[in-house]
Amino acid sequence: MKLQVMYFAWLRERIGQGSEQVETDAATVAELVAELRTREARYDLAFSDLSAVRVAIDQELTDLDASLDGAREVAFFPPMTGG
Amino acid sequence: MRIAVQADSFDPGAELTRFAAGHTDQGAIVSFSGLVRDVTGGLEAMQIEHYPGMTERAIEQIAFQAKTRWNLGDVLVIHRYGSLTVGEIIMMVATTAPHRTDAFEAAEYLMDYLKSRAPFWKKEVTSQSADWVAAKDEDEDALSRWDGS
Repeated sequence: MKLQVMYFAWLRERIGQGSEQVETDAATVAELVAELRTREARYDLAFSDLSAVRVAIDQELTDLDASLDGAREVAFFPPMTGG
Repeated sequence: MRIAVQADSFDPGAELTRFAAGHTDQGAIVSFSGLVRDVTGGLEAMQIEHYPGMTERAIEQIAFQAKTRWNLGDVLVIHRYGSLTVGEIIMMVATTAPHRTDAFEAAEYLMDYLKSRAPFWKKEVTSQSADWVAAKDEDEDALSRWDGS
């Protein structure tokens, strides 16, 4: 499956880009993260502390255990600091 | 309901006047405005990043929750992104309701959720450093007071 993967704030900075197309067979967000971490050191570093990472699938907040079935867009970012 | 996510500055007074106009059955209006503050004395800019598309959806959902929970007439949320300097307005929320308790509580609820559930990230830039603002435990704790009631 082809996913649009997006990164924000320090995740974007550590990975060095805001978005990319990823071809993957990962069934869950956690599997996608594990796959990305094996690619290059910058991904491994960005995802080294998963307690500091939040995730959205198709612009809805979810968690790392979530299924990627039917997903088009997955976004990773730190805890939000709006207001 | 008006939700705006924008780079441009705005006049909270003019927004409030416009928001208040035309409500004949609302006895209360509460508004909150957030400004860029300089805690350490060296802030050059506050950079705000967001997730276009999701930001608007998330704020809409939060506003709908507030309207379900309290007896509200209308809700206004304006939130800026981009590079802001000290003293500039970042955002405002306003609520109208027949009675003040609903308007106050809903405004606080909107603020609590905007801080931790709307996809914005702040970065503080000084001449020495550029640091992402860390989310605070107390912001997360603030959400729990709205649970279960």
